[in-house]
Amino acid sequence: MTEQVQDHDGHDEDRRDFLYIATGAFAATIGAAAIWPFIDAWNPSADVLAQASTEVDLGAIEEGQSVTVVWRGKPVFIRHRTGTEISSADEPPDGLPDPQSDGDRVLKPEWLVVVGICTHLGCVPLGQKVGENRGEFGGWFCPCHGSHYDTSGRIRKGPAPRNLEVPEYAFLTDTSIRIG
Amino acid sequence: MSAHSIETGSGGGLVKWIDSRLPIFSYMQKEYGEYPAPRNFNYWWNFGALAMFLLVTMIVTGLWLAMQYTPHVDLAFDSVQRIMRDVNSGWFIRLVHVNGGSFFFIVVYIHIFRGMYYGSFKAPRELLWMLGVIILLLMMATAFMGYVLPWGQLSFWGATVITNLFSAIPLVGDSIVTWLWGGFTVDNPTLNRFYALHFLLPFLIVGVVGLHVVALHVTGSNNPLGIEPKSQQDTVPFHPYYTVKDSFGLGVFLVIFAAVVFFAPDFFSEPENYEKADFLKTPEEIVPEWYFLPFFAILRSVPAIWFVEAKLAGVIAMFGSIFVLFALPWLDTAKVRSGKFRPIFRWFFLIFLVDCLLLGFVGGKPPNSPVFESIESFEFIDLGRITTAWYFIHFFIILPLLGRFERPLPLPDSISAAVLGSHSGGGPAASGATAKPMEKA
Ligand code: HEM
Ligand code: FES
Repeated sequence: MTEQVQDHDGHDEDRRDFLYIATGAFAATIGAAAIWPFIDAWNPSADVLAQASTEVDLGAIEEGQSVTVVWRGKPVFIRHRTGTEISSADEPPDGLPDPQSDGDRVLKPEWLVVVGICTHLGCVPLGQKVGENRGEFGGWFCPCHGSHYDTSGRIRKGPAPRNLEVPEYAFLTDTSIRIG
Repeated sequence: MSAHSIETGSGGGLVKWIDSRLPIFSYMQKEYGEYPAPRNFNYWWNFGALAMFLLVTMIVTGLWLAMQYTPHVDLAFDSVQRIMRDVNSGWFIRLVHVNGGSFFFIVVYIHIFRGMYYGSFKAPRELLWMLGVIILLLMMATAFMGYVLPWGQLSFWGATVITNLFSAIPLVGDSIVTWLWGGFTVDNPTLNRFYALHFLLPFLIVGVVGLHVVALHVTGSNNPLGIEPKSQQDTVPFHPYYTVKDSFGLGVFLVIFAAVVFFAPDFFSEPENYEKADFLKTPEEIVPEWYFLPFFAILRSVPAIWFVEAKLAGVIAMFGSIFVLFALPWLDTAKVRSGKFRPIFRWFFLIFLVDCLLLGFVGGKPPNSPVFESIESFEFIDLGRITTAWYFIHFFIILPLLGRFERPLPLPDSISAAVLGSHSGGGPAASGATAKPMEKA
């Protein structure tokens, strides 16, 4: 508005508009701030976050064996890889859906540690127990919609978009790790 | 009619005293007693009332279940078993709730297809229709969360797979999933919030149903001929004509419902859900409840398109398949409402119905197994792709084209003319000339 318009009481409209918009903006801000706690309350609570780390003794896991441990309520696959498994993971195949070298996915080549949750829609892939279907690439096979993972936990075939997640972990000693 | 008089009401002094201060009696009389309904409803018009009955049934049985149910991952499964075994009449209340959910969807799906065939979504009933779609969405959310509560294997894994769909959203997907779960997997916080929402949403549905009925009573009901009533001759008062017809329909419905509850209570359920949830063991096959199967088929069928990865494309298509219903009034541009007078549309309607049933069938099968034993290469995923494509082709291509090029049959002059006498336009075989007075339609 360029001209000053006066109503019959002599109030000018610019001032009214300003007050109107300022009040509205203030109310909207307060409203948004009041909603936030309700949204935030759905985020993981402190006690859930506190279960954040798990220690695992690797000593008992023989070469070729796998174990599943629980970390933050999720299964984590630990595989003591054989020489052939390591070398087949090492050959860098072209055209991976989620390209990553094996070296970037392990701390020590014998030990592969991945979250055992299919990156498609969250099923637990097969391949941990002896005799289970390990898919076409010798790693894991997700029965839900047919995703095949290789011996580095990389997605090779099927609908899953990403490689099995590698959790944060560190070697405490030569034969024990802490996840998280 | 003026609000402060009850012309046909039988109330005494107290009723009048209340009514002149709070006109609930004259409101009921006007909206459910006198409400002028087209005289030619067929039985497809019973399903709205049945849905209303089921909504009340679900709320009453749900409330009674809630009095015995424990929303905790360690206790939920056992508390449901206790309801089944130890709580007096608990088995009955739960089986009515479980099967009531399935029948609710049967009834509502029929109600929706009724609207599609008779053009009940067309002007001026667009908002009425859209409120219906909102009810459908709320029902789906409610049923999905309800299914998590007994904490069986499919409860857990169904919840895991469906909430994981949101991870398909670029950038924020994973945070949204963690937020939905309240943790790093589906766990106790998830169960608790789903329980709270499962309790709440049905009451929201009651609210939207209220608006749905208000909108209905503003525009008036559609009818099998799809033409508006022109005079009093075309309508009858809702009571007693349709209260009686709805009661009869309810009786028939209850016989079928009771037969399932008492003699085949597991007809709609998956036995796998009688195993307690185990987060380390994914079941062989995760199938949702039957009423979600068509949407599940769409979710799984869509391949990666252009730069959208398959997961996201599937999610978009699945939600799109419901949201497209909001646009239906503007996609089906035909001026004539009822499929009775649309010779080509009726065929496409039938094909669409079969397509939806096929989608449901595909949704329950493993995608990579052959449809026919003799043709190895034709897998369920292929059938799913064809039926998914047709679903959208129907809405986005067939309906707009039909609206433009189909020549409808001549419409009758009025509802009463069609019902009472002249066969003009009474059906696809009608000819405009013959008139047979007093013959029942
Ligand atoms: C729109 C209405 C509703 C629908 C479609 C619906 C659907 C469902 C479904 C599908 C289940 C899973 C049953 C099973 O497999 O065991 C369920 C369970 C449950 N519902 Fe509802 N529900 C509705 C309303 C309500 C209301 C209003 C309440 C509470 C006031 C409620 C309380 C419960 C409880 C406590 C359970 C867990 C016990 C059980 O699994 O049997 N429901 N609901
Ligand atoms: S969840 Fe693993 S393939 Fe879909």
